[in-house]
Amino acid sequence: MDKPFHRRDLLGIRDLTADQIYGILNSAENFREISSREIKKVPTLRGKTVINLFFEASTRTRTSFELAAKRLSADAVNVSVSTSSVSKGETLIDTALTLDAMNPDCIVVRHPSAGVPHQLAKISRAAVVNAGDGTNEHPTQALLDAMTIRERKKNIEGLRVAIIGDIVHSRVARSNIHLLTKLGATVKVAGPKTLVPEAFEGLVEEGLRVSEHVEDAIEGADVVMILRIQKERQDSAYFPTLSEYAIHYGLTQERLALAKKDAIVLHPGPMNRGIEIASDVADSARSQILDQVKYGVAVRMAVLYLATGGKVESKEA
Amino acid sequence: MLLIKNGHLIDPAANENTGMNVLIEDGKVKAWLRHNEDAPEDAEIFDATGMLVAPGFIDLHVHLREPGQEHKETIASGCAAAVAGGWTSVCPMPNTFPINDNAAITRFMIEQAEHAGLANVFPIGAITKVSEGEELAEMGEMKAAGAVAVSDDGRPVPNAGIMRRAMEYARDFDLPVIDHCEDKSLSKGGVMHEGEMSLLLGLKGMPALAEDIDAVRDIHLAKETGAHLHIAHVSTKGAVEAVRRAKAEGIKVTCEVTPHHFSLTDKAVEGYDTNTKMAPPLRSEEHRQAVLEGIRDGTIDAIATDHAPHHEDEKALEYDAAPFGITGLESALGLAFQHLVHGGLIDLEGLVRLCSTSPAAIFGLDGRGTLSPGSHADVTIIDPELKWTFDSTDSKSRNSPYFGNEYRGAAVATIVGGRIVYRRALSNTA
Repeated sequence: MDKPFHRRDLLGIRDLTADQIYGILNSAENFREISSREIKKVPTLRGKTVINLFFEASTRTRTSFELAAKRLSADAVNVSVSTSSVSKGETLIDTALTLDAMNPDCIVVRHPSAGVPHQLAKISRAAVVNAGDGTNEHPTQALLDAMTIRERKKNIEGLRVAIIGDIVHSRVARSNIHLLTKLGATVKVAGPKTLVPEAFEGLVEEGLRVSEHVEDAIEGADVVMILRIQKERQDSAYFPTLSEYAIHYGLTQERLALAKKDAIVLHPGPMNRGIEIASDVADSARSQILDQVKYGVAVRMAVLYLATGGKVESKEA
Repeated sequence: MLLIKNGHLIDPAANENTGMNVLIEDGKVKAWLRHNEDAPEDAEIFDATGMLVAPGFIDLHVHLREPGQEHKETIASGCAAAVAGGWTSVCPMPNTFPINDNAAITRFMIEQAEHAGLANVFPIGAITKVSEGEELAEMGEMKAAGAVAVSDDGRPVPNAGIMRRAMEYARDFDLPVIDHCEDKSLSKGGVMHEGEMSLLLGLKGMPALAEDIDAVRDIHLAKETGAHLHIAHVSTKGAVEAVRRAKAEGIKVTCEVTPHHFSLTDKAVEGYDTNTKMAPPLRSEEHRQAVLEGIRDGTIDAIATDHAPHHEDEKALEYDAAPFGITGLESALGLAFQHLVHGGLIDLEGLVRLCSTSPAAIFGLDGRGTLSPGSHADVTIIDPELKWTFDSTDSKSRNSPYFGNEYRGAAVATIVGGRIVYRRALSNTA
C-alpha cells in the first residue's frame, strides 16, 4: 500500500545511513529537555495517532513509547496481542489491517518473529516503527544507547565497544553493531561460542570482530555493553547453568578493570543481577543504565516525530 | 493417429538427436519417420517446426495435497499445472491427509488422476505408517496398487535402525527409497539456511550440516543394504560431494535437484517474503555453485520441482510461522533454460536427460522417458526461444517467488498417452 509521502518507517538501523542516524540523534537532543520540564508536554504531534502494537510482553519499551507519544500530545493507544494461539499469523495480518483502517499515523510494533515490521510496512498506510522484532533488530534501543554514549564520550567515531553475552539471539546487539560501525566505532563481541558464532563477523563489512574470550573484548574498551542472558538458553544446551555463566562470562569488577579507566557500562535491561552483570558493577558510577532509560523517551519522541512527517533539525537549530 | 511433424527429436535413451517426425497411434509411439518421409494421410498433424520434441518430462517430486488439503491443490489442478509446465508424469509425495501409507490411498490418487485425464500420476508411498518413523508401511501392497517409490519426505526417518530395515524390505519390491535428508536435531526451529544471511536477518538457521549428515548416513545404509537410495532435492555442497563419492564407489544412489536450489540463494530471504521459505532452505552461493557443478558433471541425475502449493492465507504469516514450500511445476522449465541451458552449463540433450530419461530410469517407469517405437506416447514439445512471463497458473496456489518473471524457453504442447492435453495459448507469450 502506498504511504503518504511524509511518513517514514523505521524498520532497522541496517537500512539507515550515518547521516540519518545523526539526524535522529540530533532531533532527540532537542526533545530531551521536554522531559525535565514541570509541564512535560508540547503540542508537536497534536491530532496524530500512535498505536503501540505489542505481540510480546514489554514494560519498559512500551511505557517509553507511550510517554514519548503523550509528551508530544499524540493520542497513544496500546494494543497487546497474545501470540499463544495457533492461528497467530492470521491475527497478525488481520489485526494490522484492522488497526490501519482506523487511520493511525504511526504503528509501533513489537513481535517475537523477525521481519514482522517489514511485512506490516508493506501493507499499512501508517508509518511503522520497529520496537523489536524477534532476534532481528531493536533500532530505538541502539539509538538510545548511542545517545547515552555520546553524552559521556562525545564522539562515537573511533570508540572501542565490547558487547558481551547472547549475541546470536540479540536484536539489541544487531542494531547496536550496525549503528556503532556505521558511525565509525570498532565493536568486539564475545560470549560462549554457542551464542557467539564466528560467522557473526560477516554481519557488517568492517569494524566488527568476534573475540576469543570475554576478556579480549573488554580489554581497552571505552564502552562495555552487557546483554541479558535468558534462562531458556540453558534448556537448549547453549550453556550449562546460569551460575557457570556468571563465573565465566559475567561482567565483574575484575573484568571491567581490563577496560579503559573511564569506560562506561550499558545494559538494555531488565538485568539479571549477579548473572550477566555483578551488582556492584550495575550500581557503580560507570553504569549508565538509568540514563539509557531516560534517553529512551527522548529518542522515541524523535522517532515518532520523524516517522510522522517531522523534519530533521541539527542540534544548533 | 497423430504426427508430430518437422520437430527436432532428442531421445537420449535411444541415442537419438536429429530432425524426425514422430507418429503416434493408440497412445503409443508407432514409428519415427524422416522429415521427407510419407506419413499416413489420415494422421492429425502437429507442426513442430523449430521445436524440440522430447520424451515426456517426469517430475519425481510433487505435493498434490489430495486427499485432505484440497484448498491448496487437487490432483486435477496439480495435473493441470503439470502439463502446463511440460510435465507428462508427476510423482506425488505421501504427505496427504490421510497419509498415503496404504494401497487404498495409492489407488485413490491414481483414480483421481485418471478422472482428470491430464498427467500420469505415479504415487510415492510412505516408508513408515503415518510417516511416524516407527513401523513399516505396507510397501508391497502399495507397489501392487501403483506406487513407484517410498518416502517419508518432510518427516525423514530419524531412526537409523528403522531406515536400515526399510531399505532392506524395499529391495524385495524393487522400490527406491527416497530420503529428504535433514537431521532435525540440527535444524529444529530453523526457517532458513544457517549462515551470514540468517545472522543478518535474525532468523533461525538450518545448517547445511543437517543435510550432509543425513545424506552420509543414508549412503552408508544403502551400501550395507544394497537398496536404491534416491536423495530428494540435494541442496548442499556436502550432500553433492557425498553422492559423487558414493557413485564412484558403485553404491546405488541417485539424486534430484529443484529449480529453486540452482537458481536462488538465501539472499532472496531479505525482505522476509515467505515465498522464499522452503525445506531444504535456499542455501548460500557456495552451495548453489556446488549444486550447479553436480548438474554439470552428472552427479545430479534429475530435476524435480518439489511443487508445494500453499494457500495465500497460509503464506501470509510471520516468516517463522509460514509453512515451508513453493510451487514449481510451471516455472521449472523457464528456470532450467535460464540457469542451465542458455548459460551453456548443459545442452538440450542434458535437459531431456535430467527431466525425462533419468527420472524414468530412477523410478523404473517402463516405456517412459523415451519415444522409441512401442513406448508410451508421452511427449513434451518445447520452444527453446519462446519468451514468456510467469503471470498465471493452473495450480490452485500461487506461492512462488518467481511470479512476474520473464523467461525464454517453454513447453508449447504436452502430449500424454497420445492426446494433446496442453497447448500454450499465444496470449501467454510475451
